[in-house]
Amino acid sequence: MFTYYLDLALRSLRRNKALTALMVLAIALGIGASMTTLTVLHVLSGDPLPGKSAQLYYPQVDPQDIKGMLPNKEPPDQVTLIDGLNLLHAGRADHQALMSGGSVPVQPEQSSLDPFYVEARYTTADFFAMFDAPFLYGHNWTDAEGEAKAREVVIAKSLNDKLFAGANSVGRTLRMAGTSFRVVGVLDSWQPNPHFYDLNTGSYAYGEQVFLPLQTMLELRLDRNGSTDCWGNGGGGVGSILPSDSCVWLQFWTQLDSPAKAAAYKEFLVHYSQDQKALGRFQRAPNVRLRSVMQWLDYQMVVPDDVRLQNGLAFGFLLVCLVNTVGLMLAKFMRRAAELGVRRALGASRRALFAQLLIESGVVGLVGGIGGLLLAMFGLWLVRQRPSDYAVLAHLDLSMLFTTFVLAVCATLLAGLLPAWRACQIAPALQLKSN
Amino acid sequence: MSMQIKPILAALRQHKAGTVLIALQIALTLAIVCNALFIIQQRLAHLSEPTGIDEANLLVIANQWAGHRSSQEVGAQIQADLAALRQLPSVRDASPSDGYPLSGGNWDNFVMRTPEQLKPTTDASVYMGDEHMLDTLGVKLIAGRNFNASEIMRMASRQVVIPPVVIVTKALADHLYPDGSALGKPIYSMSTTPSTIIGIVERLQRQNVSNWSKPYAYESLLWPIREDTDGLFYIVRSKPGQLADAMREVPKALYAQSRMRVFDPKIGGSFAQIRQRAYDSDRGIAILMGIISVVLLAITAAGIVGLTSFWVGQRRKQIGVRRALGATRSDILHYFLTENLLISVGGVLTGTVLAIGINLWMVTRFEMARLSMDYVGTGVILLLLLGQCAVLGPALRASHVSPVEATRSA
Repeated sequence: MFTYYLDLALRSLRRNKALTALMVLAIALGIGASMTTLTVLHVLSGDPLPGKSAQLYYPQVDPQDIKGMLPNKEPPDQVTLIDGLNLLHAGRADHQALMSGGSVPVQPEQSSLDPFYVEARYTTADFFAMFDAPFLYGHNWTDAEGEAKAREVVIAKSLNDKLFAGANSVGRTLRMAGTSFRVVGVLDSWQPNPHFYDLNTGSYAYGEQVFLPLQTMLELRLDRNGSTDCWGNGGGGVGSILPSDSCVWLQFWTQLDSPAKAAAYKEFLVHYSQDQKALGRFQRAPNVRLRSVMQWLDYQMVVPDDVRLQNGLAFGFLLVCLVNTVGLMLAKFMRRAAELGVRRALGASRRALFAQLLIESGVVGLVGGIGGLLLAMFGLWLVRQRPSDYAVLAHLDLSMLFTTFVLAVCATLLAGLLPAWRACQIAPALQLKSN
Repeated sequence: MSMQIKPILAALRQHKAGTVLIALQIALTLAIVCNALFIIQQRLAHLSEPTGIDEANLLVIANQWAGHRSSQEVGAQIQADLAALRQLPSVRDASPSDGYPLSGGNWDNFVMRTPEQLKPTTDASVYMGDEHMLDTLGVKLIAGRNFNASEIMRMASRQVVIPPVVIVTKALADHLYPDGSALGKPIYSMSTTPSTIIGIVERLQRQNVSNWSKPYAYESLLWPIREDTDGLFYIVRSKPGQLADAMREVPKALYAQSRMRVFDPKIGGSFAQIRQRAYDSDRGIAILMGIISVVLLAITAAGIVGLTSFWVGQRRKQIGVRRALGATRSDILHYFLTENLLISVGGVLTGTVLAIGINLWMVTRFEMARLSMDYVGTGVILLLLLGQCAVLGPALRASHVSPVEATRSA
């Protein structure tokens, strides 16, 4: 029966080529546009560390002065150096790391390569274990080595390929910013998207190529990147000048393995703030936050507004395309009232007619879905040509491929429901009489 | 024509589903197109904002030092670089700086009129440069004077320098001292040390022009500071029409001074490139909105043609009867045009409500401005015309139905 209905559907679709083409085109355009933007949105709002991100928390405390204080105002997005070191040394979390971003000049030994700058992450040792950074060779520096301001560096695979032709470079020397560093580890390809642990240096497709101990950076005064927020008479510090203690410029991340530990940590942050206030450093009442990775990304509104706007626009567009298809399908089905009347009179049940018409709209949906998929691939190609930082990430994955077809067929079947139902209400006698 | 409205309404009642669908489609299209046009206009207005500088002849070099040098060495190198740049035949002037308009990255400071203020008066984009900065940028000094060479401070040690003098934009001057008395007055910028306003420039765009920066549009200040620490920007103004020559000569001249430097290819360049980069997403959104609007209107028109053609086909016999009873071709034509107008009016009324609703939602969600009624008006006229044009073809076909049809069955 299904193949017979399919045959009927194809015959009917062939009969009104222009109308069929218009319906398929409308569905394809709607699906293509909405799948392109949905894929971009899906990629940009993904989990940077699946399976791990739920245990990672970002503590915020409020060390600002009393000026400009508003009730319910969020504490700063980063921590001061002194608070960062205090929280780090308190060691209340399962893992914790204090970090900041920057860039350093690399002077290759090979004279064939000009000096170049690489993005750097200055961090304490727990970073690698906490964020599950995979090592290709060697390992990270230890806490003791970090505190001793060791001239040690962990490099990314891409830099290892560039400088050491991909060989095990552990123990080799790397000259950066006029200082010799010993390579202690090489990371395998690793680039969490979004770049959740420091959104100020770049939200997407951003990866550091060298990782240095934070204490080493503080001693050598290496260049910083990212955001520095100051209050009162705090000097922002420029380049190698360190910001004052009334500036926040570091990120402090913790790993807390259970919700109970997270609750306890939040308590600790409140106590810490109270202690600092008693000491006279903090002026405000305790104002703390402890967000998980996904909460943090949400709070920071990491997905660009323009992407959401485009997505809304595309779905509005799809809606109009569907309304259009409903109208055209209705016209098409009603025009065949006579044919349907004959089939009814010859004994076809309403249900059979309904199935037949739905199959016809399903075929339109399927063809439109294939067209939409091609258009979405073209749309994503266009997105990749754009200079935005997330451009390289815009690829269709398997789940989105599946979503495309489900969306296309469901949407068209839904669009076919009303016209099919209306067409089935036809009284066979009336149609036969006028013929 | 007016006497036809009643029978049309009666006929439409027979096609409730089709009528509602066309009206709905018109409403949705209107809602989307109005908002899209409005967004296009906003983005285009944003990307054509002037910067106040001599854009046609400017280029920016992002210079970073390779290797570690003392601040004395860096200072001497910058002096030598600038002397070399200013001597180039194609170059009018050059200045060191920490940033440039539309750079995207930004250093901005809260600014106050008095050091005791609890709440900062405003926020200013901070530019550092030497006495050549004004001439290099080509900004117009409308009051006071430029920095002189002896006022240029060097920032190299750990402490942050607050210069005793500052040049501000007119926008910042007016915000701080609305009575127009800013010249000679102090400002306090994240410090208890005052800087006296010695000059006011007509206009200088901020380094960052994103949404959060909008309340402080064009509020910038210039400090006489040269930063002898790490990377910096060289802003170079070519002689009129010699930008291409300057772009060739400048990197060569700098490399001739020293090879221990890295130019970041991703930032800087000619100001045309900087502008292109700064507004790229705005341009992208405007183009996308434009395409979507055109396609939407086309689909809606096609939908109207399709559905009306079907109605004409269905009513051939009735049309024939009317013709046989004495209706003229133009009566039939008007019938279908009026029918479409009635449906369209219903659609645009619903659409207007929808358009305003969508805009209000976007105002809260995307910090967008209120939709101007001009756009709704334009959209309404556009869709009414579109409907009439789309229906014209099928209506003309209907008007050519011969009275003989009345005698035929079906």
